[in-house]
Amino acid sequence: MTTTTIDAPSAVTPRGASPSRRDSARARRKRALNWIAVHAVALALALVFILPFVFVFLTSVMSDSQAMSGHLWPTSWHWSNYSAVFHTPGFLDWWKNSIMYAVLGTLFTVVSSVPVAYALAKFRFRGRRTAMILVISTMMLPPQVIVVPMYLVWAQQFHLSGSLWPLIIPMAFGDAYSIFLLRQFLLTIPKEYIESAKIDGCGELRTLLKIIVPMAKPGIAAVSLFQFFYCWNDYFGPQIYAAQNPGAWTLSYGLESFKSAHSVNWNLTMAATLLVMAPVVIVFFFAQKAFVEGVTLTGVKG
Amino acid sequence: MAIPLSRSAESARPRSAPAKDSDPLRRKKNRNRLKTLGFLSPWLIGFSVFFAYPLIATVYFSFMHYNQIQAPDFVGLKNWRYVFTQMPLFGPALWNTLWLVVVMVALRVVFGLGIGLLITKIKAGVGFFRTAFYLPYLAPPVAATVAFVFLLNPSTGPVNEVLDWFGISGPNWFNDPNWAKPSLVMLSVWGIGDLMVIFMAALLDVPKEQYEAAELDGAGAWGKFRFVTWPSITPIVMFAVVTGVVQTMQYYTQALVAGKLASGVSVGPGSVIQPGYPEHSTLTVPQLVYSMGFQNFNTGAACVLSLVLFAIAMAVTILLMRKSTGLLTAED
Repeated sequence: MTTTTIDAPSAVTPRGASPSRRDSARARRKRALNWIAVHAVALALALVFILPFVFVFLTSVMSDSQAMSGHLWPTSWHWSNYSAVFHTPGFLDWWKNSIMYAVLGTLFTVVSSVPVAYALAKFRFRGRRTAMILVISTMMLPPQVIVVPMYLVWAQQFHLSGSLWPLIIPMAFGDAYSIFLLRQFLLTIPKEYIESAKIDGCGELRTLLKIIVPMAKPGIAAVSLFQFFYCWNDYFGPQIYAAQNPGAWTLSYGLESFKSAHSVNWNLTMAATLLVMAPVVIVFFFAQKAFVEGVTLTGVKG
Repeated sequence: MAIPLSRSAESARPRSAPAKDSDPLRRKKNRNRLKTLGFLSPWLIGFSVFFAYPLIATVYFSFMHYNQIQAPDFVGLKNWRYVFTQMPLFGPALWNTLWLVVVMVALRVVFGLGIGLLITKIKAGVGFFRTAFYLPYLAPPVAATVAFVFLLNPSTGPVNEVLDWFGISGPNWFNDPNWAKPSLVMLSVWGIGDLMVIFMAALLDVPKEQYEAAELDGAGAWGKFRFVTWPSITPIVMFAVVTGVVQTMQYYTQALVAGKLASGVSVGPGSVIQPGYPEHSTLTVPQLVYSMGFQNFNTGAACVLSLVLFAIAMAVTILLMRKSTGLLTAED
């Protein structure tokens, strides 16, 4: 690796020690080759990552018989598969339920988690650390651990099994993951803003609503997106509480039964699969920045 | 279970003298305490009702015989003995879960870091590459699993079709007990977008001067990674491992849906089928909890399994967190 030092930026090269022309040409060639290699590897990998979507899409517009026979390219394009999916009984209900679960769940989570995160980030009180550790251990708890007693309460005490309410109602009482994320975000807001609001005579609640919430918009946006996607993607929850009532199924839960009902129609199943993915992808494209910021926040800012 | 607050309330001065309430300092303290309580109340309720109570109830039910119809009946350690010594599927489920934890987390971290490194070196079309690697992560797990069962279908799937062009006869993927778990791993590595973003951000945070200094010292590409990149991203790698382990301990949806669909049995959700097709190779502990609690109505066994899951997840987390000190509990 004798050439590596030549690769160093010219700013570091001592004055007067200009590299010979042959060496710099070699360095340029090496850099160009490196550029090509990096981009070629990345392109090949990216195509592998995209290919499943392409295959799924192509199959979704095939005819019934072609989809069963392992073809890669449709001979005729059957866009009507998509309307056929919508005409499947129940499919529209699943949309409605998915949207209700995701929208209400997100709303409840944000409203209940913001004040908790604010208190954990900015209030000084005894047991703050303990509270934080408890929040984190809640995050770490597999949902299967508490599902049996929770189900029994919802089913036997409140008679709410067969609906999505046992999943939505708890979200009005804070969500550990959202609290943790929001708290990490609120830690970055300087104390001075809060202090000056207090001097202006704002109470805590006004400070939260008028100062903190507007400043925490990126964090709130990220948490909302995460929660929306969580609800949209949830399979375990609807399986526990909604299984016995097909009218309460969500898209994520219904999709699998859709495949079972159309056991030979891979084309319709793939069309339905893309339709289940669509809202997530659309929301992502509109809120890309908030989303990537949020993912980064989970991992990097401690 | 208001642990932090009840503790602070108890350790506050004994409430012997109510007259002291007129003390302004004390009044302020009380108001502050009330304010804190108010702001924390959603979580305090949520934590007690939806975490502490069910956790205690799980422990309680693990000592009961309970079929969810008749009243629970105390049986001591019988459920525990049953799970550990007689339950035929416990061994395979535990083995599969641990296998997936080790292989999935390792491969996800390696691929996530690799693609993160690659993408920080890219000059042209960053937006395209980022989106391409990120999109699979967004696919809902059920949809992604249904898609993969189709793609990897041994007879009609495009993957084996393409392998055929190269004269490779592809495996039976989800239908072969030896290939079912690797197929799930492929599905999981496909959805690596979150790790890629986290690693990318961490890699871009490494101070450039350190690379320049290392270059002047004659470090090659590997040397720069080993002595500059790696030390500064270790906390993030640790974080990825911890969250990966916790997530994989809960691995459920993909394994269940893949097993059900690949078995080709035309049954809807909620139907009772032998889980873990083929040959229990995709049966995980969470699936066993579900089938014990909601299909066999053996509440006691389900609760024992839940607690085993909890204990392992907790132990692994604490063990790994010790190494990434302060990452999660960082105080400002």
